[in-house]
Amino acid sequence: MTKIRPETDVSPQEAVFQTRIDAEEKIEPKDWMPDKYRKNLIRQISQHAHSEVIGMQPEGNWITRAPTLHRKCVLLAKVQDEGGHGLYLYSAAETLGASREEMVEALHAGRAKYASIFNYPSLTWADMGAIGWLVDGAAIVNQVSLQRTSYGPYARGMVRICKEESFHQRQGYHIMMTLAQGSAEQKAMAQDSLNRFWWPSLMMFGPHDSESAHSAQSMKWKIKRQSNDELRQKFVDQTVKQAEVIGLTIPDADLSWNEERGHYDFGEIDWEEFHRVINGDGLCNRQRLAHHVKAHEEGAWVRDAITAYEAKKRQRDAQAAA
Amino acid sequence: MSAHMKLFEVFIRSRRGLDHKHVGSLHAEDPAQALEYARDVYTRRSEGVSIWVVNSSAIVSSQETDCESFYDPLDDKPYRHATHYQLPDEVNNM
Amino acid sequence: MSAMTTQEATRQYAIRLGDDALILGHRLSEWCSNAPFLEEDLALTNVALDFIGRARMFYSYAAELSGDGRSEDSFAYQRDCREFTNLLMHELPRGDFAFTMARQYLIDEYSLAFMEQMLSSTDPTLAAIAAKAVKESRYHLRRSRDWVLRLGDGTEESHQRMQTAINELWGYNAELFEMDTLEADLAGQGIAVDTTALRQPWSAAVQATLAEATLAVPETDWSVRGGRQGLHTESLGHLLSELQFIQRAYPGLEW
Repeated sequence: MTKIRPETDVSPQEAVFQTRIDAEEKIEPKDWMPDKYRKNLIRQISQHAHSEVIGMQPEGNWITRAPTLHRKCVLLAKVQDEGGHGLYLYSAAETLGASREEMVEALHAGRAKYASIFNYPSLTWADMGAIGWLVDGAAIVNQVSLQRTSYGPYARGMVRICKEESFHQRQGYHIMMTLAQGSAEQKAMAQDSLNRFWWPSLMMFGPHDSESAHSAQSMKWKIKRQSNDELRQKFVDQTVKQAEVIGLTIPDADLSWNEERGHYDFGEIDWEEFHRVINGDGLCNRQRLAHHVKAHEEGAWVRDAITAYEAKKRQRDAQAAA
Repeated sequence: MSAHMKLFEVFIRSRRGLDHKHVGSLHAEDPAQALEYARDVYTRRSEGVSIWVVNSSAIVSSQETDCESFYDPLDDKPYRHATHYQLPDEVNNM
Repeated sequence: MSAMTTQEATRQYAIRLGDDALILGHRLSEWCSNAPFLEEDLALTNVALDFIGRARMFYSYAAELSGDGRSEDSFAYQRDCREFTNLLMHELPRGDFAFTMARQYLIDEYSLAFMEQMLSSTDPTLAAIAAKAVKESRYHLRRSRDWVLRLGDGTEESHQRMQTAINELWGYNAELFEMDTLEADLAGQGIAVDTTALRQPWSAAVQATLAEATLAVPETDWSVRGGRQGLHTESLGHLLSELQFIQRAYPGLEW
């Protein structure tokens, strides 16, 4: 667990910086910022960007198999949006001096992480529903909170992303609703998918606050605005009703409304599974990374070609001008 | 990517009559390609009627350290602001 | 042709054009998350979406003309290989990025000219679809032509790959400009596009682009045809088994 640095260590510059953050002013790219703030942000934003991009895969897995032309277009547009969101985020991280190439390299080398939820496989069409409804739903809860993050470009990227994501969650829920109202087989498919994605979705918010390595400093710097457990609770509270409405059952025997707290109580996450999947034992860890590496490597000659073409063009233009 | 392609800043006019607004950046090899990608990346929901792309390296920006000399001198001229002048209520929407 | 009403012929024509658009859109959609860089991933997906959208318009029109409760999805999901009538070039596996872009360029050059002609179809629905498609195709062509130039005149490797792609595609060109009696008859009535007339301007445009891209016009003497008669390469069956998997495994349900 990272300790918040005692106030006495703080330089005058850092004091100004913290005052600005305490006053809810945004930090902008050219501002002075503590090196750790910069590094922490690059780590978080690039991890977020990688998650969007790796997150294209489980849904991309069904683009060619979508059951109707309408669903196919929706899914394609949605996965494309994830790519776009990755791009917005890389773009925000680049304002901090990290190049996209460095970030991609860190991902390939295993130095940078992505959300572990994407190490789970998408096995049936219902998973397109569950991912949109639950995974995007959980992501939105987190991202809505991040719209108030202290770093300007990150906050603005989040505003843009949140605006686009609401369609993602709604289309996912719509898939689940359609299946839940369909044949017995379809309903079973939807329930099975909810069973598989429920707990991993709760894990998306990360370890308990008491266990979270980066949380305290991130909260002080307002990179994070709400704690893991607060956000997780918010997600559970809003999702229980949504499951009820379409007649699906959340796979948690301990789930019950707590009148006193005004929140749902829910069971304990299997943290062993959480760590197992993060550390490489998920069904798709190696495939997700290999897929990304392959696309990147197969694209190398294309990237080389456009650079070469551009150089030739510049040379021709220069000769024409001479 | 930086080794291969340049960084461009993207500005979009969302409606006629409004200013172009900075929306983010992207990588492209030349301005024409940057403009096409800006269309694909930043206007998927018809967010724009006009796009500017600018090579990021072409942007000259004020520095944090300039702040004092740049902006502070402008702080002491409240008479430039409409609220500086107290007028009678009857005409205060002037 | 005497036995076939104009309405039935138009219906079949709409299905053909829908098949072209769907199968190419499907191939393009396979690139999603596989493109050489992120910006291009988004751009390719936009083109895929345009073609699938175009397929939906043609199929919806065919469904309307069928008048028997069929929908756009009936055509996409409930026909087998022999009933698909797309021109063969659209169905070829996506290959590498050079192959995808070479194919796209040849088709965009064709498609833009085709849709410009269809703007004046006497069939108002076809003309309306063309009005939308023309705008899309202008953008597609600008993109794919640029890629042919960049890859053709880029590095030695990209040049080689682009030349190989053009060579492999060349024998599928002829079919684009051939018309059977159904199309000839409809063209005579001002409904369908006379594609034989597109050949010359298409060749001129393509040759100019290849020359600018330092690519050779292939001197191949082979040409393959059969798409409009439901004769396909073997790759189409695999494409359909993926495309239609859910509808085949769980028939008759809402999704």
